[in-house]
Amino acid sequence: MAANSHEQGRLPAAFLRPGSSSFLDFLTDHAPERLPGHRALPPVEGAVEAVHGTTIVAATFTGGVVLAGDRRATMGNMIAQRDIEKVFPADEYSAVGIAGTAGLAVELVKLFQLELEHFEKVEGHTLSLEGKANRLSTMIRGNLGMAMQGLAVVPLFAGYDLERGAARIFSYDVTGGRSEEHGFAAIGSGSLFARGSLKKLHRPDLSEEQAATVAVQALYDAADDDSATGGPDFARRIYPIVTVITEDGYRRLGGTEVGEIARAVYDGRLQLPDGPQAPAV
Amino acid sequence: MSTPFYVSPQQAMADRAEYARKGIARGRSLVVLQYADGIVFVAENPSRALHKVSEIYDRIAFAATGKYNEYESLRIGGTRYADLRGFTYDRTDVTARGLANLYAQTLGNIFSSAAEKPYEVELLVAEVGETPEDDEIYRLPHDGSIIDEHGSVAVGGNADQISSYLGQRHREGMDLGEVLRLAVDSLTREAGGGERELTADQLEVAVLDRTRPQTRKFKRVPVRQLASLLERNGSSEAAAEDTSDSATDDTSGD
Repeated sequence: MAANSHEQGRLPAAFLRPGSSSFLDFLTDHAPERLPGHRALPPVEGAVEAVHGTTIVAATFTGGVVLAGDRRATMGNMIAQRDIEKVFPADEYSAVGIAGTAGLAVELVKLFQLELEHFEKVEGHTLSLEGKANRLSTMIRGNLGMAMQGLAVVPLFAGYDLERGAARIFSYDVTGGRSEEHGFAAIGSGSLFARGSLKKLHRPDLSEEQAATVAVQALYDAADDDSATGGPDFARRIYPIVTVITEDGYRRLGGTEVGEIARAVYDGRLQLPDGPQAPAV
Repeated sequence: MSTPFYVSPQQAMADRAEYARKGIARGRSLVVLQYADGIVFVAENPSRALHKVSEIYDRIAFAATGKYNEYESLRIGGTRYADLRGFTYDRTDVTARGLANLYAQTLGNIFSSAAEKPYEVELLVAEVGETPEDDEIYRLPHDGSIIDEHGSVAVGGNADQISSYLGQRHREGMDLGEVLRLAVDSLTREAGGGERELTADQLEVAVLDRTRPQTRKFKRVPVRQLASLLERNGSSEAAAEDTSDSATDDTSGD
């Protein structure tokens, strides 16, 4: 009988080991070379030229939060892609938007989605929003080596906290440092301009549609002053990605829906090129 | 000096098989049936927290009877396998057939290895397809064999009697309410020929529903909805409506 006890084809021991509900922990244990943070990079002079994604904005409204991103990806002074998607659902009640090295960012989001889904399946319930935000923090920290070589990934995380009954926004730095944002937030190369715009336009008592419009206004302002951020492209019908998370879960606004908002924003700018004006006092 | 006691290989395997079978027979039964919109899992399980039926992947679910710690470790192993495979290739490349093969190899290895005690478990792996013809159900007994099942299948104590009861009454294209009432009828049959009562809160019910708009087709049926499905007699439209309603308010896929 001993001759039959070969190990071929059966689940390796790492798969059956009890303890962790985390897919990342399992991967670290079983196949660490699969994780982005565990790859050894050859030493390089200066920054690696790679495709970069740019501006992401988030704004809360009564009962939820809007997370939106422009569609441009750049490589140096060239536009690498006009219709890149940088905002993704993380799970049913949260979404993540990514600025920085596009290739790594997409892989990171895929892993993050899987991490949340895996936990849910193994444990039978979802992670708390705080728990999800912390997991993302760990993943960004794991990428620090790459970030120091110029391949940084910075996410903006927004979700609906079912326990608190409130929408929340978390921003990160390259070292994985996490901070909760109140009201609104922006990341990426155009974030300076977007944040200025949000500061003047955002109010906590906005409706869902108003918040979506404010997000598109902020992205318009970012595209106005930052060459790496793309504005709405009416000729090709490429509009920002706008997602909404409420008590009912994640929803991505359809192309025509965002198109109408973008058109309204554009029409307004034909009268006031710098956008809506706030009172001076 | 003592000579080692000789046991023929046939005898040794028969002993191990009997040991595993006895362990499985002590467990409560579990049935899996196809219906018009997918596959339903019905287990007798008074616990709300310790599940016998679980989601593995988008279209794949797992059900087991026997020893909890043994099938739980196989379930987690299967989830890790599916998630790793989906991450490496694509979500569509995770199949019930691959998973069932892996379970068969694992169970077979454990069963024939003298160093390990055989697992006292019987597993079911099912995948819901685009049409009822594409549905797949695999039964995996303790010894590593694998049986491709159609229509209805039962595992656990008293499985033979339940299987034949289901085999005679299960038809293709039954709706969820009909199939659930049939499943509960079959589970209330006792080995001696008697019957006992089973209420909704003693049952764990989950479906792989191909009509769900989400990519994850697995959904647990809550006790309240289960009770109303079991009570209703034959009004198929209302039953279908009820499922789609709750599919929208419980979208977490849990």
